[in-house]
Amino acid sequence: MKFTWFNLMPWPYLPDDFREKHRSVWVDIDSRLFDPAKANEVYNSYMDMLEYAGTMGFDGIGVNEHHQNGYGIMPSPNIIAAGLARRTSDVGLVVLGNSIALYNPPVRVAEEFAMLDCISGGRLVAGFPVGTSMDTNYCYGQIPALTREKYQEAHDLIRRAWSDPDPFAWNGRYNKLRHVNIWPRPIQDPPPIHIPGGGSVETYDFCIDNTYSYSYLSFSGYIRAKALMQGYWDRVAERNAPDESPYRAGFAQTICVADTDEEAERLYSEHVSYFYNRCLHVYGGFADAPGYRTIKTIQTGALSQYAPPIDGYSQLTWKDLTEQGHVIAGSPETVRQRMEDLIKGLNVGNIFCLMHVGNMPMDKCMHSTKLFAEKVMPHLRDMFPDYKDDNRFWCKPLKKQAKPGSLPAEKEVAALVGGKD
Amino acid sequence: METKTVKTHHVPVRYFEGGKGEPLVFLHGAGGITAEDPFLAELAKKYHVFAPLLPGYGDSEECGELREMLDITLHTWDAVEALGLKDPILVGHSMGGMIAAEMAAITPNDVSRLGLICPAGLWLDDHPIPDIFAMLPYELPAVLFHDVEAGTALMTAGVALDDPEWLKGFLVQNARQMGMAGKILFPVPDRGLSQRLYRVKAKTVLVWGDGDKLIVPAYAHAWKKAINGAELVSIPEAGHLMTLEKPEHVAKAISKLG
Repeated sequence: MKFTWFNLMPWPYLPDDFREKHRSVWVDIDSRLFDPAKANEVYNSYMDMLEYAGTMGFDGIGVNEHHQNGYGIMPSPNIIAAGLARRTSDVGLVVLGNSIALYNPPVRVAEEFAMLDCISGGRLVAGFPVGTSMDTNYCYGQIPALTREKYQEAHDLIRRAWSDPDPFAWNGRYNKLRHVNIWPRPIQDPPPIHIPGGGSVETYDFCIDNTYSYSYLSFSGYIRAKALMQGYWDRVAERNAPDESPYRAGFAQTICVADTDEEAERLYSEHVSYFYNRCLHVYGGFADAPGYRTIKTIQTGALSQYAPPIDGYSQLTWKDLTEQGHVIAGSPETVRQRMEDLIKGLNVGNIFCLMHVGNMPMDKCMHSTKLFAEKVMPHLRDMFPDYKDDNRFWCKPLKKQAKPGSLPAEKEVAALVGGKD
Repeated sequence: METKTVKTHHVPVRYFEGGKGEPLVFLHGAGGITAEDPFLAELAKKYHVFAPLLPGYGDSEECGELREMLDITLHTWDAVEALGLKDPILVGHSMGGMIAAEMAAITPNDVSRLGLICPAGLWLDDHPIPDIFAMLPYELPAVLFHDVEAGTALMTAGVALDDPEWLKGFLVQNARQMGMAGKILFPVPDRGLSQRLYRVKAKTVLVWGDGDKLIVPAYAHAWKKAINGAELVSIPEAGHLMTLEKPEHVAKAISKLG
């Protein structure tokens, strides 16, 4: 199993009456709710948490990209990942990912991911999302009906930029480049690639055909995810993929661990409520720009089948959220059992553990993280013994990595010219 | 109106045809058009009307090859030619007006009469056009109609939100139509037309509703300024969908073209 400690980086100071006074947490969220001085503390404590998780035995620490979003203040995950690369070792850096249709030209992603891979000593796990309609269309102005074509071209360009040893010309529809020749190149050839998807057959096939891991990043939990993931595994079989390795798939799950089930509710319910009530308060008009989804995807009924609850999340109590699996919470034993259900039920080898929730303070987050790392994770390590050597979907760091702080002592520098310093 | 199909280079084009008189080509707006449209019926009293659907609209075939303004402009010329028409009266509403104006700017010698009904295509920073792509269906009547109550009744006729099949059909149609419209209207409906309008040679009539809340009447003046000799006809108590609200008034304004 590969466990990634994942942080969305929510803004923790949305007011109590956010739902009533504001129409959306995303796209046109009121900028006056953002306080840059407080953000100094928020970013640094979130990065501290990711670094802490990096020492607790997780396989990866994860970041993602959102724009104009009150629950994800990370428009550039690469900036965060660069900071993490310097202050962590061994742990995978899961950047899930860069919305490659938004970069102009997309070789920028090939370059920045190569930099991250080199700085971190080959610890990059790369993600290439199409991006949500909110980010891609409404914030970044991409034409909905052309987004997927542009994404595909960006993908092809990045892959070739990583692999072609010679300069080449790229005459694409969306990118015209006479001399593609990126410096630096990634250590990994190529870094493992994870693709976040939302149930479209095209994305299933894209992952299967390219040996990419298909990630379902939902906030609705594992019970609601069954139909979608089954669709993926059916497709894996239909398309005659060489195996059904669980590492071909990943799933994001909100997880809160305490000493007992009751304690979990007492410690975490207000933060879970903050997330589901305030952070997921997205204006419906921004959900899905017409043309963003393919007709085929709409016709399969994917949207209604996998959609959030009809009345939204706001009416759901702690009991609803935990029983319906949106959140896995409770004692280490409760969480272990439910995680087993998730892992077996969905057949997923990559788990993106959403362990910081809403406005959770760092002490609670550390408590939950430590309990998960020490009392849950070890019991879940060998869920798929048949595939324990399947390393195709994970990073392959250098055996000997450079560490920060490698400069010689100033005395030695002075000795170079025989002088005193 | 009869529903027919004509072959073009890219895809077969669906069109409605009816009436007798001089040939008139009508290009619909982003919301699409049906054979029962009251404005088409009004035009057909005086003209031989041809109303081609943009690919993806109604039951017509989609066309992935049409990606940008020039593709769509030339495709519409292809459709006019396939219909066997030469210099028809060219009329367009909203998005259709944008396409008609582009056609007249690109080939000014092929269009001698141009009717533009609250066309899209210009952008004034002081009057940002509301983002219809970010509106929920129930929010649309307020920006599309002068008489919001009547407009709401018109737009909600036949709606069955609790029927999953109806909803799926609606979402598919919306994705086909507005997905296509988005290629020239999203996220800002300006594809550089203002730099080309000086080329238009056609006798031009602009028709604008006084109560247009989507593309407000300030735009009417910008268009009048941009096209040499254009005549502006204002329609009182009419919103952006004035072809539905005041079809006979709009048709009368268009008849100034002859």
